Formats: sequence, C-alpha cells, structure tokens
Amino acid sequence: MANLKDHMGRPVVAVTGIGVVTSLGVGKTDNWAALTSGKSGIHPITRFPVDHLNTRISGMVDFLPSSSKGASHLTYELAETAAQEAVSEAGLDSGDFGGPLFLASPPVELDWADRFSLYNSDKKDGGSERLLRVARALKELDLFETTQFGSIADRLADRFGTHGLPITLSTACASGATAIQLGVEAIRRGECDKALSIGADGSATAEALIRFSLLSALSTHNDIPEKASKPFSKDRDGFVLAEGSGALVLESLEAALARGATILGIMRGCGEKADDFHRTRSKPDASPAIAAVRAVLADAGMSEDEIEYVNAHGTSTPENDKMEHLSLSTVFGERIGSMPVSSNKSMIGHTLSAAGAVEAAFSLMTMRESVIPPTINYDNPDPAIVLDVVPNKKRNAEVRTVLSNSFGFGGQNTCLVMAREPV
Amino acid sequence: MRKIKKSPDPQQPPMSSHDVVITGIGLVSSLGEGPDAHWQKLTQPGFQPVLDAERFAPYTIHPLPDIDWNLQIAKRGDQRQMETWQRLGTYAAGLALDDAGIKGNDELCTTMDMVVAAGGGERDEAVDAAILAASESRNDRDVLLNEKLTTELRPTLFLAQLSNLLAGNISIVHKVTGSSRTFMGEEGAGVSAVETAAARIRSGQSTHVLVGGAFQTEHSDMLLGYELAGYLHRGPWKPVWQRQGSEGGGVVTGSGGAFLVLEQREHAKSRGRRIYAELGPIVSSRARRRLGELDAEIVALLKQAELPAGELLTISGASGAHVATAAEKAALDASPALAVRGFSTLTGHMKEAQFPFAVALAAMAIDRKAGYPVFDAAAEKPFDGAPKAVLATAIGYHQFEGMGLIKAA
Repeated sequence: MANLKDHMGRPVVAVTGIGVVTSLGVGKTDNWAALTSGKSGIHPITRFPVDHLNTRISGMVDFLPSSSKGASHLTYELAETAAQEAVSEAGLDSGDFGGPLFLASPPVELDWADRFSLYNSDKKDGGSERLLRVARALKELDLFETTQFGSIADRLADRFGTHGLPITLSTACASGATAIQLGVEAIRRGECDKALSIGADGSATAEALIRFSLLSALSTHNDIPEKASKPFSKDRDGFVLAEGSGALVLESLEAALARGATILGIMRGCGEKADDFHRTRSKPDASPAIAAVRAVLADAGMSEDEIEYVNAHGTSTPENDKMEHLSLSTVFGERIGSMPVSSNKSMIGHTLSAAGAVEAAFSLMTMRESVIPPTINYDNPDPAIVLDVVPNKKRNAEVRTVLSNSFGFGGQNTCLVMAREPV
Repeated sequence: MRKIKKSPDPQQPPMSSHDVVITGIGLVSSLGEGPDAHWQKLTQPGFQPVLDAERFAPYTIHPLPDIDWNLQIAKRGDQRQMETWQRLGTYAAGLALDDAGIKGNDELCTTMDMVVAAGGGERDEAVDAAILAASESRNDRDVLLNEKLTTELRPTLFLAQLSNLLAGNISIVHKVTGSSRTFMGEEGAGVSAVETAAARIRSGQSTHVLVGGAFQTEHSDMLLGYELAGYLHRGPWKPVWQRQGSEGGGVVTGSGGAFLVLEQREHAKSRGRRIYAELGPIVSSRARRRLGELDAEIVALLKQAELPAGELLTISGASGAHVATAAEKAALDASPALAVRGFSTLTGHMKEAQFPFAVALAAMAIDRKAGYPVFDAAAEKPFDGAPKAVLATAIGYHQFEGMGLIKAA
C-alpha cells in the first residue's frame, strides 16, 4: 500500500491525466511517436510574411482551426485541446471537472489584425483617439475579451466546469511549471482533491517574434529549420519560438486510488528561486538555478542520487545551456557526466508559457514508456558542457524519477520532480 | 459557478495553521504615496478627488502624483529599463518593504515570497501610431508591420511590457528572491494573489510574502482595454455610485499601486514589528455572469466572509461599471449593517491593484481605530467608532469577484 502522505505529512499528489499539443501534432500518441523518433516540428513560418525578419522559422502550431485567428483564440484552443485529452484520460466528466484551474498563458494584447481593422474602419482623427472612438461605438465583446488577461481561463472554466476563480499566471518561460506547482500546492493544502493545470501558448505573432529577435534570443539558422534548435551544441545560437500546450490532471493519491483511477505518475516536489541579477541574464554563478534545484529536492524529500533523468530547460541559447550545465554539475557533481539530460526543445522549440507543462507531460511519458527522447541536432558538442544529452537517438531506459527544469526572463526558476510510482 | 474553493476537510486538519497579519503597506495613487498621506486625505470630510479630464477626453482619469522614483529605485539604469507601470509597482513594493522593516535586510528579502497581480505594460504609442497611419495607404499590412517593428521598436521595451517583469524588477531592485509568481486577470488577479499568499502563510509554506499590483492608466492602450466593451464613463465626473444612466459604461480609471507585506503572526512578533491588522477569510469566485449568477454570487461571498454581527465598515472596490456596480450596491444595501465606502470615487479604478488597495485601506482603518467619512454623501452612510473588522471587496468590472475580512490583530 502506497503512502498517502509525503515526508512532510502532506497529501501525495498523483497525475491521472495528461494532454499535449505541439508542432509535432495533437495528442500524446502522435507527439510521442515523433519525439522518440527524433523528428523536429520546426518549419518555415507561413502564418505571416517574413520580409525583413532575421528569423524565418518557428515551431508554430499551424494545423488547428484557430491557428490563423490570433493569439488569444489559438491559446484557448491549445489549452482546451490538451485539457480535454487529460480530463478524458483521467476518466472525469469533461464538463464538470470539480476542482480549480491553473492556467499558464502568455500576456495578451489586441492583435495587429484587429488594430488595423478598427483603425481603418473610418478616417476621422487619427492615432489612439481614433481607436478609442471606434472601439466604444463597437462594443464588440469577442474582441474585448482578447484583451482581458483572465478571459481564456474564464472560457476554460466554463468549458470544463472547474471550481472557483481560475488563476491565470505568468512566470515567463517557467509558467507551465508554475501552473503545475500551484495545483500541487492547492491539493497539498487540502483546498481540493484535484486540480487542472494547463500551460498553453499560441502567441507566436510577428510582433512576438520581432521582440525576441531584437533581444538576440532567437536562432537565425533559417536554412534547415529542423536543425536550428541544438541545445548544448557548440554552435547553438538561440531558441526557436514555438507554440503548444500541456495539461495535467492532478489528484490527491488518496482520491485517485479511491475512485480507481490509473496513476500515471507522482508529483514529488516543486522548487523555485528568483534571480535578482538581470532582466534576461542569470547570475553568473548560477546560484538561483542551483537553489531552485536544491529546493525541489528538499521539497520532494529526495537526495540528488535519487534523480535518474533530467528533462532540461535546454533552450539552445548560449546563455541558458551554459548556466543550466553549471547548475546541474554543481548540484549533481561528477555524476552529471553519466546521467541522461535531454532537451525536448531540440525538436519542438521553445513553447514559452507552455514549456514547463509540455515538458512535464513528456517527462511523465518518459517514465511510463521507459524511453528517453533524444536531444537532436547534437552534431557539434560544446566542449564546455559535458553532459550525456542522449544525443540524436532515443534511449530505452528504466526511469523512475525525473527532474524537469524551467528558467525564464525576469529571474524565474522553477523545478519539478516527478516519479513513476508512489513511494 | 456558485461553488467556491472547498474548505479544508475537518477530518484532515491543514498542515498547520498560522495567523496572517499585515505588517507593511505601500500605496501610490493620485492622492499621494504611503499610508499616512492616504489616511490624511481620505479622512478629510468632503475631500475632492484629483482629476484630469483633458488629457484623455472624453475620459476623465485620476493621474499619478509627482513621484521621485529615486527614493525607491536607486539606480537610474534600473529606472530606464522600466516603463511607468513597472516603476510604479516597484516603487509601491519598496514602500511596503520599507514600512515592514524588510527593505535592505538580506536575510528577510532572500526568504520572502512574492505574488504580483499584473496586466501588461505600455506599448510604444508613437510606433503604433506611425504603423496605423501608414496602414491607410498600404495593402500589405503584414509586411508593413515587419518593416516598422524591426526598425523602430526599442529592443528593451519588450521587457518593460512583459507581465512578469514587474516581479522581476522587484527582485532586481529590492532583492526579494524567495519565490516570484505573477497572476494575471484584472481585479481577480489581485484577489487570487492575496488569497494565495494568505493560504501559503496559513499552511506554513511561507513566513512572509510581498503581494500587490500596480496599474498605470495614463496610456491610450490601457483605456482601450476597457473601451472595447464600452466600459469607460464619459462626460462630467461623478462619484462611483452615481454613474448609472450616464454616458458611457461607468468606469473612471486611476493610476496607482498597492503592495502589502503579509506575515505569519509569530514571525512578525519575533522580529518585533507593528501589526496593522489580521487577515480573516479571503474568498473568491467566478460568477457566470452571462447566466445571471452575479447577484447571488455576491450574496454567497458575503456569507462566506464570516462577517461579524453589528455595524461593519466596508471598503468597496466597485469600479463604476454599470452592471457589476449595481449588483454589488444592491447586495451591500441589503445588509443595513454595512457602511460602505467606494474608494474608486477618490482614486479611480486601479484594476489589478484594486483588491490589494481595498485591503490596505481596511487595515489602516483598523490600525488607526477609526473609519473613513463618507466619500459620497448621497450614497454612503456615516460610520462612527473604532472598527474591529472591515470588509474589503473587489467585484470585477467584467469578471471575477472577491472579498476579504480584515480584523483587529
């Protein structure tokens, strides 16, 4: 009989449903098949013209009905699709979920297509005055809701029948992991038996791409798109902007067992630490990332020896991969050279607000399937980063525990530890 | 949805239960900065709000006061990296940390958790206006966009816009690094931020948490965010309760920020800090307003807030939005014991900062053992005596609702 309480006397949190969408496809089956065969979802941008752009490739999700309808609609559809898969797998009523919702999603803004359309609806006055004047006559609720930060979660709450005020959050590129952490914590505090945690990001607009590009964060290896994301390689030159979603149904182990649910994995711990060094760069000694990894181990009640695989943040930026290696080698010591550490982003790019949730989903599948997805495009290893990145080909391996890292702009560092079985 | 967060199962006591107290308040609004300035103005009978009806006509706003940013953001370089919204939040956060005796204390800052309620930052209005103007004579608008944005956007502007970068700047400037989360979603984000911070302290997860938000309304895009649904009041200014039937949608916005230091009571006592007040129940919900659930939801929240018997000062964050404000007023008026103060009359609506601001005003009244005079003599009734408990509300102008009972410590 598994322990229902963890080392701190808190309810053990299980995962009973997983959903995922990336540029590789909709759902776990297609994603897993592609991911374990080392297939890349990175492709040339077709959603908007690429004139004047230095980066002309991405991991956008171009195959959903909302893919051309703007960031808000696509983010909703990504979230809904992943959540539907997760809730169905959990065997719960998808219209009456009965627990809180935690949504990691990108900050919203009025899409340019809508700005253009509002502005060009007449010719009186100009600039923002015209936009405001046209807007107040219009009172177009659908358009309005694309500018409200709580609206996507509000729609999801209606759709899935979640309880209470849904929380929409951003911790930049760590958002997906934070959404899971908030769900885990709510269950641990006894506020609920189950929670729906979603990370979704459909915000790869031209402006988003340009903004990241102006910060020199994106790869410009446009010629062979599927080769552009190359975490831990010497010639890595930035991340590849991407879209996707991941959703987990979290339940107290006790409640999940009581209703006879299949336990897909256990959320053992969550850890975080903010960095006060710089808006986009990490402290050179990686101390906040190190502290986040140590915090998650402490929260999970585990020693570093008990981690068997690291699902890396691995963005393929010069800065992140170096800092992530420094933090892992500091925490795990010499063992890090022989421990598998792979980056899903080599195939799906950086799904930003969704990344932590997408990668948690893949971490859980890694354990369930006993297959570690590779880090592809590892043709030119960075000699300063000595890691077993599971280069280029999947590896069959029993994996009982995974550390999943998420690090973001604004000094956000969040780590999750998952296990295959309850203790 | 009527159902709110379930209370902890009595069979399974929470991990441990700690009282949550308020030990620091940082406020900025058109009225000035800090609890003292706000108290002074808000307790002046017949105090007139600071308004600007010209700059964004036909909209009236409550503008920021003069602020010497250097007082809380020492490095010019840091100030340059932020737009006004982030500066404002970072500044208000600094005031709260100062007030709680935490600022500059490395040990307390590095172990402090943070939950920030945030929207988005300011766009570059000049670049946007130029793109829009050019769009009148171009059919290839997507190409135009690339052309202009790649050449005219300031690279670091993105960081001044990202929602989580208010928290990021607070970490950088004030060294708060225990943890950092940003909640988004208008007033509801402020409610959830306080609710989550309180739950963390009650359960023993945190000993002290910085929580709050900021809203800078003096930007056309911030007004557009309301006006796409026609929410803004137009024409002559009126108090928040008097806008039904007037031109526009009833909301008058204001720039401002509110941060609180919430602390475990034992933690505050052990370091000998002054306690403003204790946080009682913080409750929240999501009425399905399209189905007409708002009225009943507000009533349900009032029940869950465990209001004490007798006269109760109520600091309402009502926005003025016609439907939501009418629903809140009807629910509050139905309880004759509630003496309501709609502070948006004097500060304007501060979106994500609205609930933290309401909680701050409630805590100040408890700490100073006095209520506020009526902000609107036509709609509010007097309250005399020293409040032992004060209710704070934030019923979202469009969605999400929350309340909290603030009690004498």
